[in-house]
Amino acid sequence: MRLELGKIKINDVQFGEMTRVEKGILYVNKEEIVKLVLEDDRIISARVELARPGESVRIAPVKDVIEPRVKVSGSGQIFPGTINKVKEVGSGRTHALVGATVITCGRIVGFQEGLIDMSGPSAKYTPFSETNNVCVVIEPVEGLETHDYEAAGRMAGLKVATYIGEAGKNIEPDEVVVYETKPVQEQIRQYPDLPKIGYIHMLQSQGLLHDTYYYGVDAKVMVPTFMYPTEIMDGAIISGNCVAPCDKVTTFHHLNNPVIEDLYKRHGKDLNFIGVILTNENVFLADKERSSDMVAKLCEFLGLDGVLITEEGYGNPDTDLMMNCKKVSQKGVKVVLITDEFPGRDGKSQSLADAVEEGDALVSCGNGNVIIDFPPMEKVIGTLDFIETMIGGYEGSLKPDGSIEAELQIVIASTIANGYNKLAARGY
Amino acid sequence: MVHMCTVVPISLTIGANRIIPAIGIPYPLGDPNLGEKKSKKLRRQLVDRALSALQTEVDGQTVFEK
Amino acid sequence: MEKIKVVHYINQFFANIGGEEKADIEPEVREGIVGPGLALQSGLGDDYEVVATVICGDTYFGGHIEDAKKTILDMIRPYKPDLFVAGPAFNAGRYGVACGTIAKAVEDELNIPVVTGMYPENPGVDMFKKDLHIIQTAISAADMRKAMPKICKLAKKMINKEEILSPVEEGYIERGIRVNYFNERRGSERAVDLILKKIAGEPYETEYPMPVFDRVAPNPAIKDLSKIKLAVVTSGGIVPQGNPDRIESSSATKYGIYDITGMDSLTKDKFMTVHGGYDRAFVLENPNLVVPLDILREIEKEGIIGELANYFVTTTGTGTSVGNAKGFGEEFSKKLVEDGVGAVILTST
Repeated sequence: MRLELGKIKINDVQFGEMTRVEKGILYVNKEEIVKLVLEDDRIISARVELARPGESVRIAPVKDVIEPRVKVSGSGQIFPGTINKVKEVGSGRTHALVGATVITCGRIVGFQEGLIDMSGPSAKYTPFSETNNVCVVIEPVEGLETHDYEAAGRMAGLKVATYIGEAGKNIEPDEVVVYETKPVQEQIRQYPDLPKIGYIHMLQSQGLLHDTYYYGVDAKVMVPTFMYPTEIMDGAIISGNCVAPCDKVTTFHHLNNPVIEDLYKRHGKDLNFIGVILTNENVFLADKERSSDMVAKLCEFLGLDGVLITEEGYGNPDTDLMMNCKKVSQKGVKVVLITDEFPGRDGKSQSLADAVEEGDALVSCGNGNVIIDFPPMEKVIGTLDFIETMIGGYEGSLKPDGSIEAELQIVIASTIANGYNKLAARGY
Repeated sequence: MVHMCTVVPISLTIGANRIIPAIGIPYPLGDPNLGEKKSKKLRRQLVDRALSALQTEVDGQTVFEK
Repeated sequence: MEKIKVVHYINQFFANIGGEEKADIEPEVREGIVGPGLALQSGLGDDYEVVATVICGDTYFGGHIEDAKKTILDMIRPYKPDLFVAGPAFNAGRYGVACGTIAKAVEDELNIPVVTGMYPENPGVDMFKKDLHIIQTAISAADMRKAMPKICKLAKKMINKEEILSPVEEGYIERGIRVNYFNERRGSERAVDLILKKIAGEPYETEYPMPVFDRVAPNPAIKDLSKIKLAVVTSGGIVPQGNPDRIESSSATKYGIYDITGMDSLTKDKFMTVHGGYDRAFVLENPNLVVPLDILREIEKEGIIGELANYFVTTTGTGTSVGNAKGFGEEFSKKLVEDGVGAVILTST
């Protein structure tokens, strides 16, 4: 499967009469976005606000972040099974508005939504302080059931991103990157001397605000499966969760999965990237056992030499991570784990809830418990009303002047456990 | 002390000695999908098993599957 | 300018009083420097003054830890030091434990910077590395000339409130404290390198060695349950409606003890969960799924247990550090024991 990804660089976002891209500037029509969001009668009002790098802006509570993309050619459309019909994606050509995002926010569904600062000392912890963000602030109808509210928010973001993505369809990209993985036997023959590497992508699947969808199917009801890496770049996987804000794999991060990106960078040079094994992190022990058994079986079946495993969330998913590590290792396949750490505010406790001796090669994505000071911002998109009950917040977190003291984990994707960031923790 | 939990591997890792596998993370003691009556019956069985574990000598970490 | 006052702690051997045969001498304090204090003074320089040296026999310290700690603290206090240095103890086990114990006590009580030094296998290292900066030394006192300058350099940084860098940069033994930093390369890139090294059979280093957890011996079985008072403890985040103690949804820093006197069941109008790690819908509807009060009342009525404690203990498990959880447990266990509780059901979500 071969995909050409055309990257259209976006340096600024502005409101405009027509949603379009011109000279690296994304113009969006506010009214059309609001109209689109209000098609869903679970949402009574929607507001569109813009947030650019360096501005004194705080966005909260953030539900999802999505990069606008559009299929230019090839099978299927963007976000198959959710926005568009189920149809295989991952081949042909796709255009991405790189440097632009759609951010959904509004009052919380649970505790798990997070915040983004566009400037100041806390901005460096989230990649979205460097993007030009179209923020959609939604208000649900009174008394809307939480699962319905989550679904309404999720769909609103995807719809707006798809709508904005269309603006990139006929634009000449600044850069075109080609990604290709062939059917497994052919792929192995192409680089017979290079180590065969796979990627085990663990998807959050624990219920409300803890779900992920693959071609529209809820990851908690699927068994582990194989995916071509390029499928993910066309939105085959979307996020319906905010585990803890810090290690949420946003839809943006699925579209821009760093492990896939970095494996492709060395594909054919010093490794042979065979593909992606998708698995879940369910709330029943039997599911954890079954899924990790099947992951190990797929690794063996594909004849992999090594795998990278990423996690989403912490606590009980640490068990899924360790079960995968152990069982895959027992098949003779080398394993590297990528995850984040929660050793307490003083950094002195154990960083993980579970451990196996096979986990001898781990990459750290940082300590999410560290306390951070967030200075006041001139503008808040959304609301700070829920800061103290959001994960990472606590009694006294929000100060009268609008500054915040909270654990780093309140920041969206700050310790994301797939290696997207440079943040790491080390022993002192 | 008896630990009733869904993710038995974590309980084993952190060192509990008497462990009762529970139903699921969002409903450890019972199963609301079975309806209130059956769910409560299931809860009774699990608690009974926990009480019997408390009355059983163990010489190391033990998972009481039955 | 007034000099920065330093107190130094050494054992009988380094004070030139004697070896093993003199290890039982009681603590004493002398003005100014003694033995390795010379190296300490010269390493710290003219802005510092080693005003006193406390000497204690290793055997005496080991046999009278609490008394020795108190006496020595009382000896140090009048000097109003700004800095405390113990040892270095190299691989001398009892000396290392004494250095660690007294350094920690000084840090806790006098709130001033403390530094010590030990060989990594000194038993004092495992006991105190989380609490103290212990400069890594070689096995014997022959290393004094190299060890003392490192101690001085770190001590001066602490006095000047400069940032203490990583163990490798400063020369102290890794304390097991996880500190954030920005790597030059993102995690996924580092992971690709790591897997290729692992496959090639080259040496590789994990960024986080697998954690180790404490073990406790199992308690004996309960002989007669019908005479036992039972209590429920949970990490499922069950709290009274409104969460009066504001227990966090994740990374809890507190626990709650809530009354259940006269209740036959945990009803949804009175109780809820604040746990941020699972779909709360089921438990919000029926909190007995986590704290099985309905069943335990039945069992109490049937006489299977003697009595149910009139409260349950609760916190949020998700993201809560072992350190915090251990602190909660140590605290509420005392209450449970005082209240005559003989057995606990601990439920987790």
